[in-house]
Amino acid sequence: MQRKDFHHALKIQKEECIGCTHCMTICPTEAIRVSEGKAQLFENRCIDCGECLRICPVNAIIIEQDDFNQIFEYKRRVALVPSVLIGQFPADVKATDVYSVLMDMGFTDVYEVEHGVDILAEKARAYIDEHDQQKPLISAFCPAVVRLIQVKFPALVDNIILLHPPLDVAAKYYKKKLLNKGVPKEDIGIFYVTPCAAKIAAVKSPVGEEESPINGVINMDFIFNRVYTNIRRGYVSTPGHNLKHQLSPEGVLWSLTTGEADNMQGRSLAIDGIHNVIEFLEKVENEEVKDVDFIELRACDESCAGGVLTTTNRFLTVERLKKRAAIYREKDNHENNDDLAEYRSFLDAKNIGIKEITPRSMMKLDEDMAEAMKKMQRVKEILQLLPEVDCGACGTPNCTSLAEDIVQQRASINHCIFIQRILEQRGELSKEDTYDIMKSIWGQEKFNKNC
Amino acid sequence: MMHFEFDIEGGDFTRAGFASSQLKRALKQLVGNHKVTKRMVVALYEAEVNVVAHAYKGKVIADIDTERIIILITDEGPGIADIALAMQSGYSTASEQVREMGFGAGMGLMNMKNNTDELEIKSEVGKGTDVKLVCYLK
Repeated sequence: MQRKDFHHALKIQKEECIGCTHCMTICPTEAIRVSEGKAQLFENRCIDCGECLRICPVNAIIIEQDDFNQIFEYKRRVALVPSVLIGQFPADVKATDVYSVLMDMGFTDVYEVEHGVDILAEKARAYIDEHDQQKPLISAFCPAVVRLIQVKFPALVDNIILLHPPLDVAAKYYKKKLLNKGVPKEDIGIFYVTPCAAKIAAVKSPVGEEESPINGVINMDFIFNRVYTNIRRGYVSTPGHNLKHQLSPEGVLWSLTTGEADNMQGRSLAIDGIHNVIEFLEKVENEEVKDVDFIELRACDESCAGGVLTTTNRFLTVERLKKRAAIYREKDNHENNDDLAEYRSFLDAKNIGIKEITPRSMMKLDEDMAEAMKKMQRVKEILQLLPEVDCGACGTPNCTSLAEDIVQQRASINHCIFIQRILEQRGELSKEDTYDIMKSIWGQEKFNKNC
Repeated sequence: MMHFEFDIEGGDFTRAGFASSQLKRALKQLVGNHKVTKRMVVALYEAEVNVVAHAYKGKVIADIDTERIIILITDEGPGIADIALAMQSGYSTASEQVREMGFGAGMGLMNMKNNTDELEIKSEVGKGTDVKLVCYLK
């Protein structure tokens, strides 16, 4: 059964939205339309990549956030922090100081997401070896990419590596660790500090999993502001927190572009940026790309360093993390990492596999093929009438999407301003009619101008 | 029944794949079975690249109904002297230049055969080649 309740972390705030075309035009899955002067979302098509949020000129698109105080509903409050959080801070800020502020904010534990990626890389390499028939294999790391493949490249769903990304593994592992220590299940709250919207969606409606091991999500910009304000005001690490920074250099770099690809054997490629990813998946689907073993695909430019909830410029984040990784490489500080052996046996116990990822193509014109053919014929005919200017004045991203929306009875042909002129000229549409149509798409306000 | 036609320009690798992408978009909108869609597109892409690599010009004609997809790829070109030999995997007459671009590994016809339910190749040396690809939907 397909679930209908896709959770989207991206929310369009109607009162802020000015009804422009930016988000509608940039959306890689054509999931946005404008109606009554406001952007509207097709929930089933949205993959939570965050491109709309990035481009919105008035910040009308936000990422909903769990109330921070919810952490206090639990006795053990675990902050699960990804390495890009540390990359937000200048080089002289110590990771342990950042974690110490988190503890002061109310967390009882801080755990690094990319802990144990070395073991994860091992598992992925073995997986790639065992699945020679489905090459190139695609990493399940980026949740926006997984959703993109489900809706737009359904035939490539079988190429996705069914191994959980570090986030899920770390959450499950830490929960297990606390349970083993005798902490009651209901006392444990695991909170992920997220750099993007897609990871929120992945936590709230996970793919291939009944329920996520993560209890809540805290946006990274919120955490950054709190922590950095403290540090700028001369924060002194609270004694007794006993915090360790244990990431390996590979762990530090894992969420950056080539972070995974560098650790796979064979021919591996890394591609970032949602539009680049789409271009490449088209080629993979045609089997134009041959003899590639592994592809790392990330929706954001510069991967997680470019997440929509990050504060620091992504190129600076990458530079900082590379520097940190180089320092750790020299120090070899993860050697004394005491729980890696436990981590390994935990992963071996089949805690790492994703059950299944099912296609949910949103492209079909109709479930019934004969009906779909009729609709396609209609789309073709309508397109011949449309100007192919792709102006967006009808409230859809381009002429083709208007034609499709007309066939699906979501729009009318006289939403097109060119058609309106033609019909007016012929006397088939009055000036009042077109005025009303435009108001229904773009809202009353835009037509109250005194010009 | 849906009908599509596309022209292919020989030697133009920049545009190779245009017919396949256009048809892929249509098939994704029509066909529920995405595995069939993928196989068909892979076979067509191979055929399209073959025309670009070897022929002067060609044409793709696709007919889709609820039972099957038939694609005809016809070209004006050198033709294939020994089709059985050309079907063998690894056999290729592609020039060094074409191979350098990542094409011409000699897997094309095999790949077409493996991805379709029916493959028919007719060829006349010095005139051209007709390839018929069929995939059944039921």
